[in-house]
Amino acid sequence: MAMSRHVSGWLQAAPLTVVLGGFLIAPIIMIVVVSFWGATEYSIYPAFQFDNYSYLFGSAVVWKVFLATFKYALITWAFTLAIGFTVAYFLAFHVRSQAMQTALFLLCTIPFWTSNIIRMISWIPFLGRNGIANSALISWGVVDQPVEWLLYSDFSVILAFVHLYTLFMVVPIFNTMMRIDRSLIEAAVDNGASAFQTLRHVILPLTKPGIMIGTIFVVTLVMGDFITVRFMSGSQKANVGRLISNDIALLQYPSAAATSVVLLITVLMVIGILLRFVNIRKEL
Amino acid sequence: MEKRPLSFYVLAVFFGLFVLFLYGPTLTIGILSFQGPGGGLTFPMQGVSLHWFRELFEQQAVGDIWGAFRRSFVLGLMVMITTVVVSVMAGLAFRKRFKGSAVLFYMAITSLVIPSILISLGVGLIFNQLGLKVHWATSGFGSQLTWTLPFGLLIMFAVFNRFDKSYEEAARDQGATHWQTIRHVVLPIIAPSLIGVALFGFTLSYDEFARTLLTSGSYNTLPLEVFGMTTNVTTPVIYALGTLTTLFSFGIIGAFMLSVWIAGRRRARLGSDAGKGV
Repeated sequence: MAMSRHVSGWLQAAPLTVVLGGFLIAPIIMIVVVSFWGATEYSIYPAFQFDNYSYLFGSAVVWKVFLATFKYALITWAFTLAIGFTVAYFLAFHVRSQAMQTALFLLCTIPFWTSNIIRMISWIPFLGRNGIANSALISWGVVDQPVEWLLYSDFSVILAFVHLYTLFMVVPIFNTMMRIDRSLIEAAVDNGASAFQTLRHVILPLTKPGIMIGTIFVVTLVMGDFITVRFMSGSQKANVGRLISNDIALLQYPSAAATSVVLLITVLMVIGILLRFVNIRKEL
Repeated sequence: MEKRPLSFYVLAVFFGLFVLFLYGPTLTIGILSFQGPGGGLTFPMQGVSLHWFRELFEQQAVGDIWGAFRRSFVLGLMVMITTVVVSVMAGLAFRKRFKGSAVLFYMAITSLVIPSILISLGVGLIFNQLGLKVHWATSGFGSQLTWTLPFGLLIMFAVFNRFDKSYEEAARDQGATHWQTIRHVVLPIIAPSLIGVALFGFTLSYDEFARTLLTSGSYNTLPLEVFGMTTNVTTPVIYALGTLTTLFSFGIIGAFMLSVWIAGRRRARLGSDAGKGV
């Protein structure tokens, strides 16, 4: 007797459902519940109060931090998109042998499988007061004092974001570019389009789904980050993730939970808007 | 072959600079980890030595990094196996377009985009309120799966989007049961992609930080240990550790790629010769 495909489908999807139910949905519910709780200096107690939220929305600092989070996301997005698109374009349309293409593509993706923390640490010898960048600038005569803002600044935070996350742009954009029917490009060229016109009017529009997927990755990773900002700014800059992690360190879980709820809603709204432009399942 | 346009050379230089940007810092700490015993965190090198690598083996200098490495390795294997099994099952399920699959799909996407610290906080709170102890092999394990499973699932979508259904139909026409079709036809065809899923499962777990932060309990995983070191270690020993774990990651990635390559060769060699004798 054949089972209904709905039943057998759910049976096969059961392990995924259990994991996501227990470690995604339940935690989200828990955070929402705790965001209404109260806290003393060393413990939390069940309650139903809006103190955490009213504090959150009433604080000018919090608004500033949310703004800074959007600023990081926007600037990082612009750089990763520009670099990622260029790299993917080179790989997809200028590298001719397929073996070379695969090799160079893997070269771009390998760092994804190594530790982010170590990749952050590895900027220290470059950006420090006596680091490689400053020594080079001084020996070239560009500056005569070491530049102080290279490390522990917005600059180093964004540099690290771009370093860590550009491959989240390269991979989906490259993937979409590889599926573009080459005869479309030939047609454009045959009709007299310049290389730039082909890029602008044929390749770019057809690459949009890949750009959207890359954007979703980069924006959510940057908005949800706390460790890059903390490490690369030497704890001098803040984003929403750091607000949450600071509250956690002070055992102010209800306050951390309220901030988390607002952050989650913000991120999901951004993603909801982006998903209107792309059907992820079709693009894979 | 037609002549390369100027844009090729410009883009090639850009690509080269990008690769340098990706790998340069890692190579730099690789070099600096051979710093002499008196050397600091940046150039110049004060001689060349293995001093900082030796330090890694001394408990007092670096804490319990080998214990942390063992835990991360075991956890990586646990996450890897679970990710492969669960992703394949879910991938097969999604092909059936069962009722409610859209909800599950959006849950998986949420799992991918949710800020990691929320998982850490939520899971930590649940364990706390239930009076359970957080431990890397329970709460840490589950939290990491929320990061690896969506990747596994997306890869399975990509695999099944390209899967030729006529192989399955042929198997069924010849009387294979549903299970036999999966076991002898579908799984062997998708096997190389499963190596990819395994690679994601292991490495993403091995390097995971934010989702393990509040869920691993009193025994740190390696990334947590490394992060702890950044706040109180100011010698190149941290570079030596970074270099070693990066080399370990490269080794793992290399092993996975080698197995994909071998699987491909084996398939080419043992593949069907149907039609070749005609």
